Amino acid sequence: MTDILIMILSTVGAIFVLISSIGIVRMPDFYTRLSITIKAATLGIGCILTAAAIHFAEFSTTTKVLAIVFFLFITSPVAAFLIARSAYISGIKLWKRSVVDELQDKYDNKNEIPVNPCKEEGEE
Amino acid sequence: MLKYFLLNLLLTFVWVALTGQLNYSNFVFGGAAGFFILWMLTRRSRNADKEYFYRVPKILVFILYFLYDMMEANLRVAIDVMTPNYHTTPGIIKYKLDAKTDFEITMLTNIIALTPGTMVIDIAEDKSYVYIHTMYLTDKKKFIKNLKARTETKLLEILR
Repeated sequence: MTDILIMILSTVGAIFVLISSIGIVRMPDFYTRLSITIKAATLGIGCILTAAAIHFAEFSTTTKVLAIVFFLFITSPVAAFLIARSAYISGIKLWKRSVVDELQDKYDNKNEIPVNPCKEEGEE
Repeated sequence: MLKYFLLNLLLTFVWVALTGQLNYSNFVFGGAAGFFILWMLTRRSRNADKEYFYRVPKILVFILYFLYDMMEANLRVAIDVMTPNYHTTPGIIKYKLDAKTDFEITMLTNIIALTPGTMVIDIAEDKSYVYIHTMYLTDKKKFIKNLKARTETKLLEILR
């Protein structure tokens, strides 16, 4: 029973890490790439660590795994936010097929993307 | 609130010390037993005392719900990465915050960043708006309504 659980968790974790690394190659622009990398990798590492905790079934291992997962979940979104913000301010463009960009008035980062999408006209 | 949390922690340690087994299922059981005892003791007291007992189940439900949301969105992103064509419709939208303090905004930002496809890019100077980059934007109003109902309201219920 626990063997099956360990197999499922570690496989799922490895698949998520694989997906995030394929996503870096495949996604069209910087922001989608960042967005995929941060989350899929976080979840993948979380799954692998949980599998390790179940495999060893010791108190000290479990507490260490909980601490690592906690800090990972706290820190990686902050890193993503700072990277994305500095990228936007330094003028990296969005993908040309993006739907809407409501931030472009605040910084001098002009895209050819509409501030308001067509279907939202007459609002605000 | 804090008083009952500390009492619960104390009861957990008393349980673990008395049974003498230092494994974590024993910790969980001691915590649950302590919670139940405190709940029984405060059933007839003032409402302010009972707050802790409403909040703890809510936090547990929120964590489960968040994990479910994260898995679902991750699968969507995974399918998008694996299949040949791009299905993404990315965009940056403005989102009005109900959260006021720095701590609430930080927690909300973290949760938005961890659900795949969405990511906070910037916060307005007066902390009333955040700019969210999302990968699947079909209907702006629906997206904002969804985020407000599913994430922000629930989070603020816990934190306030």
